[in-house]
Amino acid sequence: MPNKSFFWFFIPTGLAMILFIGLPIISTGVQSFYAQHDQILKEVKKCDPFGCKVSVQIDQEATSKIREEKPLGKFNGFGTYVDRNHLATDQLSNFWNESNSAGEFLSKVGNLPFYKALIFTFTYCIIVTPCVLLLGFVIALSLNSISRKIRGALIFGTILPMIVTPLVGSLVLFWMVDAEGIIGANLQLLMNDPYLSVKSSKTLTWITIIIYGIWHHSPFAFVVFYAALQTVPQEPLEASIIDGASRFQRVKHIVLPHIYPVVTFVALISLMDNFRVFEPIIGFSAQGSAQSLSWLIYDNLVNEEVILFGSAAATSIMTIIGIAIILTPVLIRTWREFRTNR
Amino acid sequence: MKKILIVLSFLLFGTYANADCNIKSGSINILANDFPALRTLVDTAKECKGSADFKVTHSAEHNKIAVPALTANPSEFSVRVAANSSIVPLMNGDLIRPMNDLVKKYGKGIQDSQLITIDGKVMAVAFMANTQHLYVRTDVLKENGIAIPKTYEDVVAASEKIRAAGKMKYPYAAAYKAGWNLAEEFVNMYIGHGGEFFKAGTAKPNINNAKGVATLNMLKKLADLSNPDYLTHDSEAIKVEWEAGNVAIMTLWASRSGTLLDDEGDAKITAATKLVAPATVGGGNIPAATLWWDGFTLAKNRPDADAEASFRAMAHAASSKEMVAKAADQAVWLVEGFVPGPKSVGVIEAVKMGAKPYPMLPQMGLMHGALGNEIVEFLQGNESAEQALKDVEAAYNTKAKEQGFL
Repeated sequence: MPNKSFFWFFIPTGLAMILFIGLPIISTGVQSFYAQHDQILKEVKKCDPFGCKVSVQIDQEATSKIREEKPLGKFNGFGTYVDRNHLATDQLSNFWNESNSAGEFLSKVGNLPFYKALIFTFTYCIIVTPCVLLLGFVIALSLNSISRKIRGALIFGTILPMIVTPLVGSLVLFWMVDAEGIIGANLQLLMNDPYLSVKSSKTLTWITIIIYGIWHHSPFAFVVFYAALQTVPQEPLEASIIDGASRFQRVKHIVLPHIYPVVTFVALISLMDNFRVFEPIIGFSAQGSAQSLSWLIYDNLVNEEVILFGSAAATSIMTIIGIAIILTPVLIRTWREFRTNR
Repeated sequence: MKKILIVLSFLLFGTYANADCNIKSGSINILANDFPALRTLVDTAKECKGSADFKVTHSAEHNKIAVPALTANPSEFSVRVAANSSIVPLMNGDLIRPMNDLVKKYGKGIQDSQLITIDGKVMAVAFMANTQHLYVRTDVLKENGIAIPKTYEDVVAASEKIRAAGKMKYPYAAAYKAGWNLAEEFVNMYIGHGGEFFKAGTAKPNINNAKGVATLNMLKKLADLSNPDYLTHDSEAIKVEWEAGNVAIMTLWASRSGTLLDDEGDAKITAATKLVAPATVGGGNIPAATLWWDGFTLAKNRPDADAEASFRAMAHAASSKEMVAKAADQAVWLVEGFVPGPKSVGVIEAVKMGAKPYPMLPQMGLMHGALGNEIVEFLQGNESAEQALKDVEAAYNTKAKEQGFL
């Protein structure tokens, strides 16, 4: 396609992307550098049905004047980025000086909200992504070699987890692991511990969310792999059978290299999705044990009666940077292959 | 068919019966939480609508909608039904208007005690009160020879006795769901210990002290007597536990009693369910509970005509003797003419015992949010009480700095 026609084809999409993705990201970035103005407090008498009391209140007249002059707030630079609820640079250096061992230092760092969320997000990404790739590939291979008569029904059954709304899917599992649910109660029996609770144990909650993640994302990998398997040429496969290659050898030396670009693609998408893990935490009411970066943003925006725009914006920008860093190796690799192919 | 006709005729002519508040102009749009008492109130306000435009949104997500909807100019809603805590963000953002003149002009039936005044300005008109108090199963207590608990130490002893008797595995329940609910339990227990959340006259936190530690230890004792999934249980979940007969003593909102005492469910449990006063703690004499009011506020970013129409309709409901007589068991109404029934025991006892209202402070929401996240690890046994309280103060300080309070 000549560059000119590509340009005209791309313009509507490009404009929409700038309008609905580019500009909001820029606005988020700008907001993350600002904090609220100093609140001017004054003591006033407050009366309600239960009596009167003197306590502090925001002085609206004084505050609104400052607000009108500078509606964005007080410029804070990277202040929000380095405070305790984000990168916590001061706390990190304090911990480093106070701690006697690396273990003590790490446990203190793990207690900071941002790092706590980061640890869970990474653990989730690192375990779920390879499992999804592997499981999706195994299912695709097995379904591909099954009789055509029952294949349709089986494919439908396999992609069900993707069709079910994430929140509903997680709620179903949530009720199953309840102390009186089918899995929770049987675990208590099995472990002979009547006070065992999946929901209150941090480790068990993490395991549940990770299993849910694998269950929910595998169908996507399966669908893409299954489609790719249909394009594997039959001649080399037949030739390798004649040469006496085993099933495993055929998959390793012919099928995998052929669908390799697709594997990269699925890995990329899965990593991006998993890095933004959010719904299962809400579905499992797991914010006590597991917090992700996306959950922190949600918490800043809706869980407080005071909305923390600066905090939420800073976490959003860091999530974007985090995804960019994770994707870099994969992107570099794809780029190299693209160059060599040319 | 006959029934439908009667209902229809009521719907048609019922509105004309109250011609005294027939509003001719303006538009009314109400945002409110969703529970029976508020529905009754809004229906009563609707009697006045006359030819005015009348809309209402009942939503459990009201807190998330309110600030953005009232910030817009003109704002989406003309009336926001709020409580002690949810009025604070509205005040912080300067989103509601004082209504002294309207009270003078149209607020004849409203009692002075219903007015929420801040620095002399009437910012809200309250119509009902709420608190968290104890619910007990009289049959279980009697069987084990236990008197009705008066303090949380009694609650712990009673629950341990019931567990030891092999009657119930998890005899106690309260809404300990991580986040808002858990923080609310901390607030109650800390106030019961006589604690103050902030250093007087400032926004500096003041919870990392002996009272804070005692509060956390009591919460932990109670949590150990609850269903092990307590960190995921909100008010709705513990109500289900109660109705299933798994719980003998529970701390729950007064406003949630309605469905516990209705005809549905096990009649034996319903008959044995008794609402009693909130408990005290640590030898204190005020209850470990906070008093709440629900009232209406008027949006600032709306024309005066809308505010006037809205006030007239809401004031009609907030002073309606017929409404409180008809819906006496739905809430503890603050309206003149209310005769308390058995479901009001908890709130009335709490007021008598000198319970404190939930602190109506501009920075309280930040403290509440920090509590809900940071004390979880202590309850899970991964952290000491002192460390948890230190974390709460640190998390609060950071947020308060960003918001310009410190």
